[in-house]
Amino acid sequence: MIPAQFDYVRPGSLAEACAELAADEDAKVLAGGQSLLPLLRLRLAYPSKLVDVGRLPELSGVHDRGDHVYIGAMTTHDEVIRSAVVTEGCPLLALATATVADPAVRHRGTLGGSLAHADPAGDLPAVVLALDGVLVAGSEEGEREIPAAEFFVDYLETALRPGEVLAGVKIPKLGPGWGFHYEKFHRTAQAWAIVGVAAAVRRADGAIAEARIGLTNMGATPLRAAAAESALRGAELGDQVRQACEMADEGTSPPADLHAQPDYRRHLARVLTRRAVLAAAGSP
Amino acid sequence: MSEIDVGVVAEQIAESDQISEPSGAPELGRPRRRKEDGRLLTGRTRWTDNLSRPGLLYVTFLRSPMAHARITRVDVSGAIGLPGVVAAFSGRDFADEQGSLPCGWPVSEDIVIPDHPPMAVSEVRYVGEAVACVVATDRYRAADALEAIDVEYEPLPAVVDMREALSPDSPKVHPEGNKAFSVKIESGDVEAAFRDAPVVIDRTYVQQRLIPTAMEPRAVMAETDGDSYTVWSATQIPHILRVMLAVITGIPEHKIRVIAPDVGGGFGSKLQVTAEEVLCLLLARRLGKPVKWTESRSEGNMTVHHGRDQIQHVRLAADADGRIRGLRVDLLADMGAYLMLVTPGVPLLGAALFNAIYKMDAYEFGCTGVFTTKMPTDAYRGAGRPEATFAIERTMDELAAELGLDPMEVRRRNWIRHDEFPYTTVSGLTYDSGNYEAATDRAMALFGYDKLRAEQADRRDRGDPVQLGIGVSTYTEMCGLAPSRLLGEARYAVGGWEHGSVRMLPTGKVEVITGTSPHGQGHVTSWSQIVSDALGVPFDDVTVLHGDTAVAHKGMDTYGSRSLVVGGVAVLKACEKVKEKARRLAAHLLECSPDDLEFHAGAFQVKGTEQRKTIQELAYAAFTAHDLPEGAEARLDSDATFDPENYSFPHGTHLCAVEVDTETGMVKIRSYVAVDDVGRVVNPLIVEGQVHGGIAQGVAQALFEEAVYDADGNLLTTTMADYLLPSAADLPAFVTDRTETPATSNPLGVKGVGEAGTIASTPAVVNAVVDALRPFGVADVRMPCTPERVWRALEGAGR
Ligand SMILES: Cc1cc2nc3c(=O)[nH]c(=O)nc-3n(C[C@H](O)[C@H](O)[C@H](O)COP(=O)(O)OP(=O)(O)OC[C@H]3O[C@@H](n4cnc5c(N)ncnc54)[C@H](O)[C@@H]3O)c2cc1C
Repeated sequence: MIPAQFDYVRPGSLAEACAELAADEDAKVLAGGQSLLPLLRLRLAYPSKLVDVGRLPELSGVHDRGDHVYIGAMTTHDEVIRSAVVTEGCPLLALATATVADPAVRHRGTLGGSLAHADPAGDLPAVVLALDGVLVAGSEEGEREIPAAEFFVDYLETALRPGEVLAGVKIPKLGPGWGFHYEKFHRTAQAWAIVGVAAAVRRADGAIAEARIGLTNMGATPLRAAAAESALRGAELGDQVRQACEMADEGTSPPADLHAQPDYRRHLARVLTRRAVLAAAGSP
Repeated sequence: MSEIDVGVVAEQIAESDQISEPSGAPELGRPRRRKEDGRLLTGRTRWTDNLSRPGLLYVTFLRSPMAHARITRVDVSGAIGLPGVVAAFSGRDFADEQGSLPCGWPVSEDIVIPDHPPMAVSEVRYVGEAVACVVATDRYRAADALEAIDVEYEPLPAVVDMREALSPDSPKVHPEGNKAFSVKIESGDVEAAFRDAPVVIDRTYVQQRLIPTAMEPRAVMAETDGDSYTVWSATQIPHILRVMLAVITGIPEHKIRVIAPDVGGGFGSKLQVTAEEVLCLLLARRLGKPVKWTESRSEGNMTVHHGRDQIQHVRLAADADGRIRGLRVDLLADMGAYLMLVTPGVPLLGAALFNAIYKMDAYEFGCTGVFTTKMPTDAYRGAGRPEATFAIERTMDELAAELGLDPMEVRRRNWIRHDEFPYTTVSGLTYDSGNYEAATDRAMALFGYDKLRAEQADRRDRGDPVQLGIGVSTYTEMCGLAPSRLLGEARYAVGGWEHGSVRMLPTGKVEVITGTSPHGQGHVTSWSQIVSDALGVPFDDVTVLHGDTAVAHKGMDTYGSRSLVVGGVAVLKACEKVKEKARRLAAHLLECSPDDLEFHAGAFQVKGTEQRKTIQELAYAAFTAHDLPEGAEARLDSDATFDPENYSFPHGTHLCAVEVDTETGMVKIRSYVAVDDVGRVVNPLIVEGQVHGGIAQGVAQALFEEAVYDADGNLLTTTMADYLLPSAADLPAFVTDRTETPATSNPLGVKGVGEAGTIASTPAVVNAVVDALRPFGVADVRMPCTPERVWRALEGAGR
C-alpha cells in the first residue's frame, strides 16, 4: 500500500532535530526507514512529520573509546559488520547483525533504528542487553545515558522521552577469555527470528565462569535468561551446562504467532541457549 | 566505480552467445541465452505499471474487512471533493453494467455458479472483496480518499472450514448452499479390488492453500477512444480476456483491444478474468479518461486467486507383494466464495492422474467442490496435477513402509514398463511414450541412493539428533492443454488449439506472431530457434510478437505447459506452409519443377546443380512481385492453428535427502536430484530454468508456504513476513538431468516443462521428512512441514 501524507525535514544538526521533535508531538524520527516505512505503507502509523536524522554526522560512525565501543545510532548494519572496531571490541554485535535480513536491508537499516524501534523480534536489542550496553539519548536539554536494562520498556516502547533522539550506544568491551555466539532460529534466511539467543561466555578451567544471555522474541521486550545465567556460573561443559540451560525460558512470556506457539518457543529457547553457550564456549 | 551503462550490458548479454557457436548447427537443442533477458535484466521493461497515458487517472479499491456481511450502506460522498479526487463509486453505481465474473468450466450438471459482481453490491463473501473505488489524479490521493468512504456492514457468519461447511446446520455462503458441485468417476470393479485385499492404505492429506505470488503484482490500465477501448493488463490470457470482457460488458469484441505487455510471472494467477480488469474498463468508459490500477503486495495476497486447498481421502488396495489392485480418491476442494475462470476444473485436472504411472485394475474418483468465505481458488502451477501426484506418491511410500519394502521397489513393481507404451490407463488417458526405468536409474545413480541409505542407517543407530530422510517421487503429468474435443467433453468453455503465423519480410528477416502469451517462459527465444531451423534463417533474424490482440489476433494464451507443445507446433506448421510457398516461387524462378528442389540451409537448390535461391531472395521476390508464378499472391507468409490429438506426458524421477533436526524440528534439504523426461528439448537452458524454478516452488509448498485464515475468515498471511517464500539461500544446489523420450503426439516430439518441477518436488520432500521420522513412530506431517509441526509430530509420537 502507500503511506498517508506526511511532512519531511532533514535537520542539519542533532539540536535542530530535537527542536523539530519538541515542536510537534506527532513527528517521528526517520533513520534507515526499514521498520518505519513498512508501517507507514501499511497505514499502521500516521506521523505528521518525519525528521530524517540519517545523515547527521554526530550520529554516525564507530569509535574505539578504550573500555567501550561507541557506535553512532545511524551506523548501518552493514557498517557494523564491516567495522574492525566492532569485530574486535564487541564481536557478538557483528555476529548478530550479520543475521539481520538481507544485504539491501542491512545497507539502509541502522543499529540505532533497531534499538529505538525496540521490536523484541529484532536481533540487536537482545545483544545490547546481554552486553550491558548503555544508550545515549540526546535532546534539547542535552545528553542522558540509559542502561539497556532500563531502555526496553515494553513492546515497541523504549525509555526515550518525547523530543529525545537516540544518539548512540556504548558497548563495554569484555576482556580476554570471553567467547560469543548468536544462535538465530528462523525458517528462511531472510525471516525474522522465531527465537534468538545471544550468548557471551567466559571460560575458566573447563567450566563456565560467567555467562550473559540475551533472548530475542521471548517476550514483549528483549530479556536476559537470568536463571540460566546464574545456574551456568561454574557449570562444567556437558550435563551441567545442559541442565542450566533448561532454565533458559524461566521468567519469559513468549508470544504466539503463525510461526510458533509459546510452548514451542520455550522449548527452542532451552535448546538454542545450550547450543549458543556451548558454541560461545568453543565447544559445539 | 564507474556507472554501469545498461545499454552496453544488454548488448553484451545479447552478444555473449554468438561466440563459439558453429554456424549451420541445428538450433533445436542449443542452450541459447534468452533474447528477452538483456532487456528484462537491465530494467528496460514494459510492465503495465510502467506505462502511462496523457491525463492518466489512478484507481484504488476499498476492500471488505469482513469475511461475510450484508452491505447496508455505502457512502462515497466523503471522498468526493477531496484534493485530486475525480470520482468515487460503490458497487451499486455499477450494478447495471458490471455483469458477473465468468466461470468457464461448469464441470457438472449439478454445479452452482453464483452471481459474482466485480464490485460487491449487497453482500461481501471474503476479506478483500471490492466494495467501492476512488479515481484520483495520483495513487496517493486515491489511497487517502478511501479512508473517507463510509461502509456499514451487517455481519454474517464466516464459513471457513470445508467439512463444517458441508454439515447441514452450517451457515450458508450462498443461498443455494455450500456445495458447488460433485463429480464421480469410476473405472473397473473397485468393490472387487478392495474385497479381501491383503493391504489397504487409508490416508487423508491436506493440500494447504497457497498464494501464487508472482514477482510482478497485478496491474491494469484502460483507455477509451470514442467507442473503442484498449486494456493493458498483467495477464497470461489477453485473448480469452478480450472475449470475456466483451461478453461481460456488452462492448462489442472488435471494439476491445487487450495488450499484455511484459508480464512478470503468473503461475496461473494471471489466468483469470478479474474484477479489477472489468472495473477499470468500465471506469474508463464512465469517465472517458484513461485509468490505471496497480495492486500492492498485501492487497494481492488477499485478492489474487489462491491455489490448492483440498482435503484428499485416499484408499489404496494392494496385494501382499505390493501390486496395486485399486484406488479410491475422495476430494473436498475449497472453491472459496465464488467460481472464477476455471475454479471448479482445477481439482478435476488431477482426476485422471491419481493413478499416475501405475497399473491397477480399478479406480474411483469423487470430488465435492465447497464454498467458503475465502478468496476463490483457481489455477496455480500444476493445477490439480501436483495435488494428485502428492497424494499417490505419499501413499506409495506408505505402502512401501507397510510392506517393509524399499519405496522405489514398490514403484517398480507397479509402473508401466517402457515396452508397454502406448498405454491406456485405468482412468482412460493414453500415455504415448515414456521410460520410467531409464529416468529412475539415472536419478538413483546421480543421487548415490545406496550410500545415503547407509548413512541413514548409521544415524539411526547412533541416535544422532540430526536424522536423515530420503524421499522418492516418480511422476507423470498431462501437458499440452489440450485437444479441443476432449475439452468439449469435459465441459470446458473454449478450445485448446493454438495459432501461429510466420511472415518473411522484404529484407529476408522473419516476423513470427504467436497466440501464446509468455510471461517469463522465453517464447521469443524458443520460437526463434524453431523458425531458424525450419526456414534455415539465422536465429537473430527472427522476431516474435505476442500478447496484443491487435497484433496476434488469434490465440489461446499460456498456461498448463501448453505453449511449446501446442503453440510452438503451430509456428512450425506455419513455417512449413511458408516453405511450400517458397518452393513454388523458387521453382518458378529457377524454371524447374518444385519436386526438383532440395531445401538445405535456407536455400532451394535444383538437385545436381549449383542453381539456388535463398529464402531471403525469395522473400524479396515475393515483395517486388515482378515475376510470380501464375495465381500466386505477393506474400511469403502463412499461418496455422494446431490442435493436438492427445495430451503430452512428461515424466521423471525426483529424489530428495533431508536432514531433520529432531531437537528443533528444522528440516534442511541436503541434496536434490531431478531427472525429467520432457521429450525433445528445444532450449536446454530454458528447460533447466523451468525445472529449477518449479522445484523451488514445490519445495515451498512442502516446507514454507501456507495462506492462513483465522476462524473469522481474516487472512493472516498478508505480508511476506508471514507468508514465507524460500530464496536461493534456503535451497540446495539442484542436480538435474534428463532422459529424452520424444512425444509421439506432435511433430516436435516435445512434452512441456512448465509445471514438472512443481509437481514432482512436493511429495519428494515430504516423503523424505516422513522417512526421517518414521522410526520415531511418525507416519505423516502436514504441509508445510514447519519446524513446529515436525517438533509436535515427534512429541505426539512420544519419540
Ligand atoms: C525485509 C526486512 C527484514 C528484516 N529482518 C530483520 C531481522 O531479521 N532482524 C532484525 O533485527 N531486523 C530486521 N529488520 C529490521 C531492520 O533491522 C531495521 O533496519 C531496524 O529494525 C530499524 O532500523 P531503521 O534504521 O531502518 O529505523 P527506522 O525504520 O527508520 O525507524 C524505526 C523506528 O525507530 C525510531 N527511530 C529510529 N532512529 C531513531 C533515533 N535515532 N532516535 C529515536 N528514535 C528513532 C523511528 O522513529 C521508528 O519508530 C528487517 C527489515 C526488513 C525491511
